[in-house]
Amino acid sequence: MEYRQHQLDNGLTILAECNPRAYMSAFGFFVRAGSRDETPEIGGVSHFLEHMVFKGTPNRSAEQVNLELDEMGSSSNARTGEESTVYHAAVLPEFQSQMVHLMSDLMRPSLREEDFETEKKVIIEEILMYQDQPPYGGHEQLMSSFFGTHPLGQSVLGTVDTVSGLTAHQMRDYFDLRYSPGNIAFAAAGDIDFERLVADLEKSCGDWQSFPANRSPEQADYQTGFECLHKPVSNQQYILQLAPGPDSESEERYASRVATAILGDDSGSRLYWEFLDRGVAESAGAGAYEYLSSGLVLTYICCGPDDAQENINRLKRVQNNFSEKGITQKELDLAKRKIASHIVLSSERTESRMFSVGAQWLVDQPFKSVTEIAQIYESITLEQVNDVIQKYPHQNNMTLVIGPRTDLRPAS
Amino acid sequence: MTEQEQLIHSHHFENGLVLIGQSMPWLESAAFSFQVPAGCRYDPAHQIGVANFVCEMVQRGAGERDSRQYIEALEALGVDYSSNASVYGTHYSGASCAGQLEEALGIFADVMRRPHFPENQLEDGRQVCNQEIAAIEDDLPQRALLRLRERYYGQPDGRDCHGTAQSVGSITLNDLKTFYEKQYRPNGMILGVAGKINWSALKDHVGQLFADWQHKPEIPPLKSPPQHGTCHLPFESQQTHIALAYPGVCYSHPDYYKQLGSVSVLSGGMSSRLFSEVREKRGLCYTVFASNHSVRDRGSVICYCGTSSDRAQESLDVILQQLTNLREGITEDELRRLKVQVRSDLIMQQESCRARAGSITGDWFHFNRVRTLDEINSNISTLTVSEINQFLEQNPPQTFDLVTLGSQPLEMDNNGISPTPIG
Repeated sequence: MEYRQHQLDNGLTILAECNPRAYMSAFGFFVRAGSRDETPEIGGVSHFLEHMVFKGTPNRSAEQVNLELDEMGSSSNARTGEESTVYHAAVLPEFQSQMVHLMSDLMRPSLREEDFETEKKVIIEEILMYQDQPPYGGHEQLMSSFFGTHPLGQSVLGTVDTVSGLTAHQMRDYFDLRYSPGNIAFAAAGDIDFERLVADLEKSCGDWQSFPANRSPEQADYQTGFECLHKPVSNQQYILQLAPGPDSESEERYASRVATAILGDDSGSRLYWEFLDRGVAESAGAGAYEYLSSGLVLTYICCGPDDAQENINRLKRVQNNFSEKGITQKELDLAKRKIASHIVLSSERTESRMFSVGAQWLVDQPFKSVTEIAQIYESITLEQVNDVIQKYPHQNNMTLVIGPRTDLRPAS
Repeated sequence: MTEQEQLIHSHHFENGLVLIGQSMPWLESAAFSFQVPAGCRYDPAHQIGVANFVCEMVQRGAGERDSRQYIEALEALGVDYSSNASVYGTHYSGASCAGQLEEALGIFADVMRRPHFPENQLEDGRQVCNQEIAAIEDDLPQRALLRLRERYYGQPDGRDCHGTAQSVGSITLNDLKTFYEKQYRPNGMILGVAGKINWSALKDHVGQLFADWQHKPEIPPLKSPPQHGTCHLPFESQQTHIALAYPGVCYSHPDYYKQLGSVSVLSGGMSSRLFSEVREKRGLCYTVFASNHSVRDRGSVICYCGTSSDRAQESLDVILQQLTNLREGITEDELRRLKVQVRSDLIMQQESCRARAGSITGDWFHFNRVRTLDEINSNISTLTVSEINQFLEQNPPQTFDLVTLGSQPLEMDNNGISPTPIG
């Protein structure tokens, strides 16, 4: 296993964890572009652009792109978040050069008008699909309430209105603001020929023009409160909460993830015993999410409408107990074992290694190997976890309840 | 014997338990997958949900552990585990660092052989089952697909293992124990293990855990006929959820690979016909797919599409048109792409002991043996366009069963011919 990196003259970063024993090769373009880079008028453009990247270039039609991806038997996809857009593919190592050239070409899309209008319909279907799915757009509403006017409160998908109103011209302008080679990394993992990778990327991306694409991420002014989204057709009641947490550069983020696992992992956690073991909720959990200069912990519960008020109260009691008394050494030891095992299992997947390499670059962190990350978790102390729990109490949150009930109230 | 065959082992214990092991020495982890012959097809007709309820209750204390000690023991080993009841079996699976495998298997041996069925946890367990039923109500695609399978396969093979709040409400502790006594048995049970394993030590260990478990008689369930045709579930949703099935062959059928080939052409990749015609060219949906579905002796091809209600009829029409066109056959290019895709997917399985443990257990259930990845690849790579087309000529997609969930029903005649021409 060898970690390599290189930067092209135009600023494009190339990163690879080369493992000659791997069966696969995985690649990804990581772009520092997401919904927090959008103005409200162009809400959803990052995600829409992600779709349009697959709709062809001056060298290829949309149909040719799909055919070529399938010709290589690739498993490929893309994802857009608040701060990044990632285009990724896993293939047999024999397809390395072909995939690198195809992906590079895709990153300079044509954004043809006709494709733009057809794809707009697909995006609207995607938005409608989520509106029919729990929590029925609740996550977007909650992010907006929690972050207020801060750009992290903007929906990744956008709305039917903003997406309907977007023009290909606006998308082109957005592309010209964010898709500078200095704002992009190409990450690779698995059986990689690194010299050939650099040569191929030099050939296909070396002529991309560089331009400034800086960000000045501001810390969010987090809002607290309690809101209700009435959804009469929903059978269950959904309770979502956002509370502040460490940001992506904070040294506390590892301790925060351990704390969140102890509180809200899907088995054996505090929420598991309080809610799931007793069958008072269908699901209950918590997760930490980190952004530049901001961070949050999401807590969610899905339960029968009749149990919702008691569950809101119960959750508050669990949170109070958690922040007042902290965790035990036994809980810490179990959480560490679980995390260590998870690290080993996921490290065996080439794609997951590629995501790790790229994700570390996205938040400007020096590369850490699987062993180094495992060591960090192993070194976390009881005190560090209890400090982070004290510093970020989950009771100070923005709550959104979604479902048939309109009479729910904050925990007394 | 190929290199892969040497890495696959199997052993029949006298009591009927089958152990299969696949050695993957390049990994540091190991995974297991138990299939117990306790599927919901064996639930009494008026008590559907028993198998799922038993699966919940056997994990609430077994052997020397109570329910909390059980979960803590798994956590201490770092086992990532899951369980669920399906039509034929109840499945318990997990993965961990290879060194923890033996101890993890010991915990599950207790679950299967020495559950406590604590009376004071019966209502909590029932609540968990009821929660699962309630959650499915809000999962509209799942509801449409469950109803489709129920109608297509009939009882008991088309069952939703969760049952209903009413059926689960009627189940007593005694019902659970009766079901457990009959269905949790070594004969009919399959244990697949994959990863960094030592076969001979594994075989001895599993023998110590299970070999003295007594064989029990098998009980055939009743069968009742399926319901075919169309069914609409009215619901005020943004999208209409279209679930469509047509007859296919089951996994163990000699023609299965030909069907797999034809379905991949419909839905195998980004250039596949449904993705291309319904989503890419017309923008009618975000999700559309077709997949093979099989119970032991019967199969089907199931299609799904979620599409906004005002364009749902057009989406159904385009899907039906593509299914009709499939009768005219597939092309050399399509088959070539399929072959690369399969080769790539199979090699990718080598990275995951979890995927392999699940596959070898499933293979044993359907084929009574394990197919090596080489064998699967060879079956696909020798397929020809003419044999797939001949198969499609003899088994054209037809006699469609349709379930829609949404604000308006859609139209389709019995042969799957839509009343409106395609725009």
